[in-house]
Amino acid sequence: MVLGGCDFYPTYGASRGATAQGQDTFKLYSGMMTTGIIVGGIVFLLILWTIVRYRKRPGDTEMPRQFHENVPIEIIYTVVPILIVAVLFFFTVITENKVDATVSDAATTTSTGNPVVDIDVTAFQWGWRFDYPNLNVGVAGETTNGPLNHGPQMVVPTGETVQVILQSDDVIHGFYLRDFNFSRYALPGVVNKFDLDVLHNGTYLGQCTQICGLYHSEMLFSVRSVSPAAFRVWAAAQVRAGNTLPRSGSSAQNNPPPDTRVYPSNA
Amino acid sequence: MTTTIEPPELVTPEEPGGPDGHHPVSDHGHDDHAHHQGPTGILNWLTSTDHKVIGKSYMITSLVLFFIAGIMALVIRAQLATPTSSLVSFQTYNELFTMHGSLMLYLFAGPFAFGGLANYIVPLQVGAPDMAFPRLNALSYWLYLGGSITMMSGFLVAGGAASFGWVAYAPLSNATNSPGAGADLWLMALALTGFSAIFTGVNLCATIFYLRAPGMTMFRVPIFSWNMLVTAILILIAFPVLFGAVVLLFCDRHFGTHIFTVQGGGVPVLWQNLFWFFGHPEVYILALPYFGMVTDIIPVFSRKPLFGYKGMVFATMTIAALSTGVWAHHMFTTGVVLLPFFSLLSYAIAIPTGIKFFNWIGTMWGGQLSFQTPMLFSIGFLFAFLMGGVTGVLLASPPVDFMTHDTYFVVAHFHQVLIGTAVFAGFAGFYFWYPKMFGRMLRESLGKLHFWGLFIGFWVTFMPQYVVGLDGMPRRVAAYLPSNGWTTLNVISTVGAFIIGASFLFFLANLWVSWRNPIPAGDNPWDGHALEWFTSSPPPHHNYSQLPPIRSERPTWDANHPEHRTIVTHRKPRPPRPEVEEPETVGAPS
Repeated sequence: MVLGGCDFYPTYGASRGATAQGQDTFKLYSGMMTTGIIVGGIVFLLILWTIVRYRKRPGDTEMPRQFHENVPIEIIYTVVPILIVAVLFFFTVITENKVDATVSDAATTTSTGNPVVDIDVTAFQWGWRFDYPNLNVGVAGETTNGPLNHGPQMVVPTGETVQVILQSDDVIHGFYLRDFNFSRYALPGVVNKFDLDVLHNGTYLGQCTQICGLYHSEMLFSVRSVSPAAFRVWAAAQVRAGNTLPRSGSSAQNNPPPDTRVYPSNA
Repeated sequence: MTTTIEPPELVTPEEPGGPDGHHPVSDHGHDDHAHHQGPTGILNWLTSTDHKVIGKSYMITSLVLFFIAGIMALVIRAQLATPTSSLVSFQTYNELFTMHGSLMLYLFAGPFAFGGLANYIVPLQVGAPDMAFPRLNALSYWLYLGGSITMMSGFLVAGGAASFGWVAYAPLSNATNSPGAGADLWLMALALTGFSAIFTGVNLCATIFYLRAPGMTMFRVPIFSWNMLVTAILILIAFPVLFGAVVLLFCDRHFGTHIFTVQGGGVPVLWQNLFWFFGHPEVYILALPYFGMVTDIIPVFSRKPLFGYKGMVFATMTIAALSTGVWAHHMFTTGVVLLPFFSLLSYAIAIPTGIKFFNWIGTMWGGQLSFQTPMLFSIGFLFAFLMGGVTGVLLASPPVDFMTHDTYFVVAHFHQVLIGTAVFAGFAGFYFWYPKMFGRMLRESLGKLHFWGLFIGFWVTFMPQYVVGLDGMPRRVAAYLPSNGWTTLNVISTVGAFIIGASFLFFLANLWVSWRNPIPAGDNPWDGHALEWFTSSPPPHHNYSQLPPIRSERPTWDANHPEHRTIVTHRKPRPPRPEVEEPETVGAPS
């Protein structure tokens, strides 16, 4: 699905999605927002009309009719929400199955023949490590919330399928990219897998979303998507520069850059 | 039973007590102006087991904590008004949002409803002389006060107060990552206030089941008391689980267990499962009492009965039942829960909630609406909760949750829900029942200023947060980059927060004026419907010396408007029973 395909959907403040999965999520979001605005708007207008129409006026001396309980109306306002919810749930399940679909662990290509790149993403207090097990590349970085610095960068090939294998070294972190319309917890002791099909070259900002201690606010990262050829060139350059996988031990071995915190209050 | 109602002659309660009939009302019952024996002044307050005294203590304590937590919110908003503010340090910021959430949720929203207003109002509404277990009620309050002080004292210890968020996710909350005593005090405070809530839950159940006045059948109990009954049952389901989780975490922290730590074979996500098994019912423990308040208020200011009384009761029960099966919608992004099941059940909660909305509208429909302060706050609740409810439906969808989880979108959503309920509806209830509790009126002019300040500030604060959340701003960050472009929206939000803060000055002024220059309220200033408006304001020691005949869910209205009595339908007339003249006023309720 190309980006133009979802111009039909109003954004309502969200990203249209830079990945195939993110676009599916966006369409669901947009459709649900439209439904919510219509249903919420009707209820809003009903309330507004009721409080204007039935406000007590100076000439009102008679007691209003003491009616209550109307079974047909009560059935209608029970059944209609059930139908709305059923439709929303139907589209939710369709989208969820697309967003959550992953290629099998050992696969090097998808069922349509698209190459698969595995990336082991490890979150730690307070930074990220991106290991490419099949390319012998590993990059990592600590919190670097400087004016122009957005933390370590995960480089991915545009158009290929990226399988992220996500976990945490210590506490729970949140792997979140606004433009991918996606987040997933990095859990200690649990491996989370998900696929990302980035559609366009570009740099996308990410950030930890789950409170993880003192420097949670600065636990930034970014994803840069480049052409597959440029991606291979980048990987080779990383190997030459010594950013390779550690032989053993924890992610901290990869000499993260010194932090450059800018807040004097936290010195 | 017939639909014909005798003229509202007053009956004296014989034995409104339970099956044992040992209730102390007969000791005092015929003398409404309280020859209450015992100490007076501060000693009376310290030793009182009167639900009205305890209810007021609860309300005052929870309002003080509400103001403290509100000031924390203002500091948080001031910090976020500039991208890289150094108003407070990261550590202080983490403590502030943790304690803001903890105070608001554990120590204000719940206790204000079930310990404060419900404690005071439920016995009055069902025609009981006190709560079923008055001493247990006093214990609840003292546990609550002790727990609150315990939690606040975290600010005094080395390392500061708890700083892991109000949900305390393991392993951030374990001894390695949060070594300070503040975290332990936080856990102990939950244990203490948790038991306080459990005891109040037991008390409310027993009171509503066993101490109803003659004629007060279950389907004549006002909706606020109904909702408190359902809330109390939810408390009994949810809080023991929280207590268990707290004990397990405390063992992890101090006794070398590894229940939530991976290194010893534990499972961190177990904490989230236990916590949210408490936490989602807790959301409805915080919401149902406030739904009940507006459901009692809207008919009074519409001068009509509630549109669908039984529909409302069943909707409340449905919400409560569903709320025990949706906890993992807080955990969609963990990747380890069954998404469709929890998504479907979360969606399903929209249905009874919708029924409530249509009921509130149907009640106002064709009525004669007057907009005194309680009604204004109730309508503010309708709009606020509508917005929070609609965004909540979006979050029931796992993919949409993936894109908004832990961003300011969620922050805006739950603040609109919780301020809609605990603040708009909570203060609607406070303005509504204040005359009953203190025998004096609050000023309408100051009340309206309070409302409009809160209402405007509310939208200015939280609407930008949806936008900034969709633009990618995570929650619980003390700083962001100027290049993120979130500054303007945060400034607007901060301005709104200070408008909300200022509106509460009108509230405090209102209390002050009503205290200094009291305007007597009389027994029934709003032309109320339920039983509590039949007794004096404030009520005598054991609440009632006389009761009206209770033939519907609004006995006071029926007594005051004999020509417009509530028509009771859906009731097959029983064959007449000879020899029994007044079947309504004999026998204990079933």
